[in-house]
Amino acid sequence: MSQALPAPSPPPAPHSPATSAEIRRIRRNGLSIGIATGLYGISFGALATASGLDVWQAMVLSLLMFTGGSQFAFVGVIGGGGSALGAAAASLLLGVRNTLYGLVLSRTLPRGGWRGAARAQLTIDESAALAASGTSQAAQRAGFWAAGVWVYVFWNLFSLAGALVGQYVADPAAWGLDAAAAAAFLALLWPRLRRGEAVAVAIAAAFVALLTTPVLPAGIPVLAAAAVAVVAGLLPARSSREETR
Amino acid sequence: MTLLWIGVLVASVGSFVQKWLGYQVPPEVLERPRIARITALLPIALLGALVAVQTATSGASLVVDARLAAVGAAAMLLLLRAPFLVVVIGAAAVAAALRALGWAA
Repeated sequence: MSQALPAPSPPPAPHSPATSAEIRRIRRNGLSIGIATGLYGISFGALATASGLDVWQAMVLSLLMFTGGSQFAFVGVIGGGGSALGAAAASLLLGVRNTLYGLVLSRTLPRGGWRGAARAQLTIDESAALAASGTSQAAQRAGFWAAGVWVYVFWNLFSLAGALVGQYVADPAAWGLDAAAAAAFLALLWPRLRRGEAVAVAIAAAFVALLTTPVLPAGIPVLAAAAVAVVAGLLPARSSREETR
Repeated sequence: MTLLWIGVLVASVGSFVQKWLGYQVPPEVLERPRIARITALLPIALLGALVAVQTATSGASLVVDARLAAVGAAAMLLLLRAPFLVVVIGAAAVAAALRALGWAA
């Protein structure tokens, strides 16, 4: 793989050895996330065909919609006897958080052109999370593309496998893949928990998400938790050591 | 074209538009100090929420199952400065083992 593209703005510093090592590490992590997340495509494909979608419809969702939570919501509504419109509404409700990811990522990633479209399509939990774990702009970009591309590849391959032979494949939960996803998010959050403010925001957000899960539709608790960042951001800064590293 | 196909295509195009919209906010808006602080804290809040939801919820209910023990193991591994892949595989192994032994759902 080549070095990451130089940043257009601000003036890029040449990559230090530490940065290059971080980029290599973040790309490896992107591959692991891609495989672990992609394997869940088996459940999606199997559930989609079991819910009454044909293989083509399942694959259009994985190729075009490409945001796991929304895809599961869509086939869940159809499988539960809901309307196609209800399924579309549920999936779009869950997809609102991807808009927030774009907002956070827009300063790091290239605008416009085919890269702009690819960047939008690959904006999901995993790519945004791996990008957020980078300590330099180059590492953030490398993380975004690595997680985005690998999840896309494996998610679609395994969606197809699940749609074709899903009923014969064991539940991914038996392999602990649901716990692997939670652990991956925790591992990506971990390096950011150096300041007291960050720890407070993360814990408060986790609480808000859990407290609102029983009462709000799927997908909204994570958005409600995002409000914690808004509130904390509007409070006066307590520390002068803002964003050092 | 069936209604189901229309639903699939509308939801897919809508999903792309949602992703694309976030990038359309002008950079000068994002550089305002308060907005910059909020966008710096947003990934932390979203990740915190994702960890909680992925660990302890199933649909609309809060559940305690093998995932909680697995994420506890992941936190221990992170404290020991284990690499990312070890943390993720370790958590999966703990959850899979607890389920295989029938000690947790």
